[in-house]
Amino acid sequence: MAFPHRPDAPELPDFSMLKRLARDQLIYLLEQQHEVDKLYKVENKPALSSNEQLCFLVRPRIKNMRYVASLVNADKLAGRTRKYKVIFSPQKFHACEMVLEEEGVYGDVSCDEWAFSLLPLDVDLLSMELPEFFRDYFLEGDQRWINTVAQALHLLSTLYGPFPNCYGIGRCTKMSYELWRKLEEEEDGETKGRRPEIGHVFLLDRDVDFVTALCSQVVYEGLVDDTFRIKCGSVDFGPEVTSSDRSLKVLLNAEDKVFNEIRNEHFSNVFGFLSQKARNLQAQYDRRRGMDIKQMKNFVSQELKGLKQEHRLLSVHIGACESIMKKKTKQDFQELIKTEHALLEGFSIRESTSYIEEHIDRQVSPLESLRLMCLLSITENGLIPKDYRSLKTQYLQSYGPEHLLTFSNLRRAGLLTEQAPGDTLTAVESKVSKLVTDKAAGKITDAFSSLAKRSNFRAISKKLNLIPRVDGEYDLKVPRDMAYVFSGAYVPLSCRLIEQVLERRSWQGLDEVVRLLNCSELAFTDMTKEDKASSESLRLILVVFLGGCTFSEVSALRFLGRERGYRFIFLTTAVTNSARLMEAMSEVKA
Amino acid sequence: MDKLTQVHTASHCQLKESKRAVNSLRDFVDDEDDDDLERVSWSGEPVGSISWSIKETAGNSGSSQEGREQLKSRNSFSTYAQLPKPTSTYSLSSFFRGRTRPGSFQSLSDALSDVPAKSYAPELGRPKGEYRDYSNDWSPSDTVWRLRKGKVCSLERFRSLQDKLRLLEEAVSVHDGNVITAVLIFLKRTLSKETLFRELEVRQVALRHLIHFLKEIGDQKLLLDLFRFLDRTEELALSHYREHLNIQDPEKRKEFLKTCIGLPFSAEDSAHIQDHYTLLERQIIIEANDRHLESAGQTEIFRKHPRKASILNMPLVTTLFYSCFYHYTEAEGTFSSPVNLKKTFKIPDKQYVLTALAARAKLRAWHDVDALFTTKNWLGYTKKRAPIGFHRVVEILHKNSAPVQILQEYVNLVEDVDTKLNLATKFKCHDVVIDTCRDLKDRQQLLAYRSKVDKGSAEEEKIDAILNSSQIRWKN
Repeated sequence: MAFPHRPDAPELPDFSMLKRLARDQLIYLLEQQHEVDKLYKVENKPALSSNEQLCFLVRPRIKNMRYVASLVNADKLAGRTRKYKVIFSPQKFHACEMVLEEEGVYGDVSCDEWAFSLLPLDVDLLSMELPEFFRDYFLEGDQRWINTVAQALHLLSTLYGPFPNCYGIGRCTKMSYELWRKLEEEEDGETKGRRPEIGHVFLLDRDVDFVTALCSQVVYEGLVDDTFRIKCGSVDFGPEVTSSDRSLKVLLNAEDKVFNEIRNEHFSNVFGFLSQKARNLQAQYDRRRGMDIKQMKNFVSQELKGLKQEHRLLSVHIGACESIMKKKTKQDFQELIKTEHALLEGFSIRESTSYIEEHIDRQVSPLESLRLMCLLSITENGLIPKDYRSLKTQYLQSYGPEHLLTFSNLRRAGLLTEQAPGDTLTAVESKVSKLVTDKAAGKITDAFSSLAKRSNFRAISKKLNLIPRVDGEYDLKVPRDMAYVFSGAYVPLSCRLIEQVLERRSWQGLDEVVRLLNCSELAFTDMTKEDKASSESLRLILVVFLGGCTFSEVSALRFLGRERGYRFIFLTTAVTNSARLMEAMSEVKA
Repeated sequence: MDKLTQVHTASHCQLKESKRAVNSLRDFVDDEDDDDLERVSWSGEPVGSISWSIKETAGNSGSSQEGREQLKSRNSFSTYAQLPKPTSTYSLSSFFRGRTRPGSFQSLSDALSDVPAKSYAPELGRPKGEYRDYSNDWSPSDTVWRLRKGKVCSLERFRSLQDKLRLLEEAVSVHDGNVITAVLIFLKRTLSKETLFRELEVRQVALRHLIHFLKEIGDQKLLLDLFRFLDRTEELALSHYREHLNIQDPEKRKEFLKTCIGLPFSAEDSAHIQDHYTLLERQIIIEANDRHLESAGQTEIFRKHPRKASILNMPLVTTLFYSCFYHYTEAEGTFSSPVNLKKTFKIPDKQYVLTALAARAKLRAWHDVDALFTTKNWLGYTKKRAPIGFHRVVEILHKNSAPVQILQEYVNLVEDVDTKLNLATKFKCHDVVIDTCRDLKDRQQLLAYRSKVDKGSAEEEKIDAILNSSQIRWKN
């Protein structure tokens, strides 16, 4: 990377321990079953195995239980006896057992738990790999994963010492935090006396900042995710990237030296970087000319392998870049980005609206159209009724009437709303609250907020200075702030909040912002008095995203870390992006 | 049941010893909860019957002493006594306690050696509540604690409404959705639905969990009853409508949609539902007709362009495209004609033109494309007009690889000069570029363009002729 860490930046904790922990536990569980010879993907089709025992490793979901039950019952009908074991990851839910009981297979099936909830995707990124968290909590209001989050935090604090400073914002955050504290109390004394390794923990709910997650990503890693979808830290590059007839699975993490240098870069820098790299490589290859035998021997035995490795990585990423360029040119990315920036800054709303309309009319990707509508809605505190109706109608005509259900979901989650007619909600609110007692006023405010939880994006943006004023060109090669992850047009709200709170070591002075975020009761600071934390650990910060974080946010905070001498560690329920958020809300699966 | 209890007490004593030895071991096999004198599933059903049947049939559940003995010789299924397993290097018991055992997990033990006798797995420690396992009356908080830990736990003792609600409130207060749902399942089984609904109406968190649970298990009937009770009419309607997604057969789906039409949707959505029904009704007719036509092999369009997929359940715009592709010239009276679709579904002009253009361009029916944009005024003059802007028209035509002559004609109709010049350059409409430069009197740009055209081509000649003309007063 062009910007190295400050020499005094703290070391990252060793997360490989988590991997080993999980692996060993799984092996232990599988060992209990004799002769596990093959793993099958749980799909809705009969198991072909002729084995005497079946072992299922599943997420605790009703439909998985129904599948297991149907297999067991089919065996029973055929007069066949086998042993069945279900291993739930990360935990078993009572509702799952209920299904087994109802289907009459409780007891035929034995259950285990594989408490695997933290997958280290990279040296600084832990994922719970729970993409369903987003829909379960933010759409359905189901708190089933809160315990999983609390357990994960508990595990981290047992492994890496207590957290002296905790901050959080959001309802889910608050609940997870409370349950985690409860766990710590129950298992008291475990972390006492240990020196903290991680000085600060910051938790936040995805719905505190939907805007950032809805934007097109232009930092390399984010762009790769948007274009090819990174799954569990690896990506399948198709023939269009590999320029052969085969796909290539590539692990994307700090170990890929080439990737590690470009992952956080704005895409416009990546090409230049890669071609420079290619020239250097060529030069190194060329050195072998004019070598004598001995030098050549050294070269082959010591350097050649590394060069070849680098060569391979370079060609993969160059191929990826070309493919991204091709795709983005085709979809008129420039125009799209322009519209997004206009929405973020709040000008040319009419033009943006007709741009979205045209997107829909031309049946461009349904998720993309939906995403733009959500972005318009959140930045504008809801669509004006006329636009809402016409965009919705056109959407249903272009992509199918059943998306009526999708719109209902989006409205419930607060992602796509309609402004109340003649919207002066706040004015009405304050007038009413003057007339009645406080208690009643509270109720009325509740009623209003349930009608439409206003996003107040514009006001928040102004307060936190999210749209940087730029004199002249924003130099993306030498970023000056976190806005570089969105071409200098916008500082991610989530990251700005983290920055501000860390600076103040509390929410003090941010009351107005917190109020605008509808989180007055839901922002907290918790500091332990006995401060044994070393100054190094105080610069190591764990950021927890409930509902998913994007690679752009990760890049922005890595940048902030380099600027301030911090190191950030990320814990997320899943890595997400705009398409995943929209899919989670769609009622019709593509 | 008595017999089972005895067996368990016996096994309990035996195990206690070894259990102490391995200290507090995380119970990997939760349904093997040996602490319980009375074995009941969390929902309160005694598991005795199930255990017996297992013992009789397979003996593999390990819930009786005999089963255990058998298993000991066969495999290491969940017995405390067998730990630590001498043959395995993966001795998890020691690992999770973080105690250094020579020979296994060297590296990891090293990493953890400064923290002796710690539990690294969640749920390992057993706090106060543990000792009450033997007691018969757990308080709501103990019960919730057991539920949280995934332990076997009877809820049957919570019989009065007040007790049930205290239990529910306790579950809600710890925020664990798994526990909230567990309590709700119990309440759902032991309370009449009116009582349950009434109590949940004032407990929003629990209510949301019940709704999600009902959705997930697919108890549509109770879900609809609940919405009805809560007077959430719109959700009721949507929830009913959602069911159509599970109906594959088009006729049945159509009939189902018909039942949705009268439901209490918002005014706006009512219209959408009506449209959905009408659309499917049309598609069924068109599909039957066209399948027949196609298989008969008499119709040219179907022979030349066989259908790739059925039109059933496609969006309206796709249907319109299909109809513009296969049924463009049909009279308004037929269901499959584009004009009929346009009228029935009040498709806006813009959308119609866009779709028709894409379809006709794909067929390279340039004459139809031309007609699409030609309007006559009352004096009979023809004029070209495009509700979507001619720059879009050009792009769509280009995408469908229209020849340059056609493209040129439409590029010329683009009003904004810069856009026109850009498009013309992009799509190599030389004449338009040259003429525009001439009209702009932009000699420099024309000179620059000269280097882009082929040497000795007609374009080059034309440029030279213009450049040499003395008639033009160049601006540069």
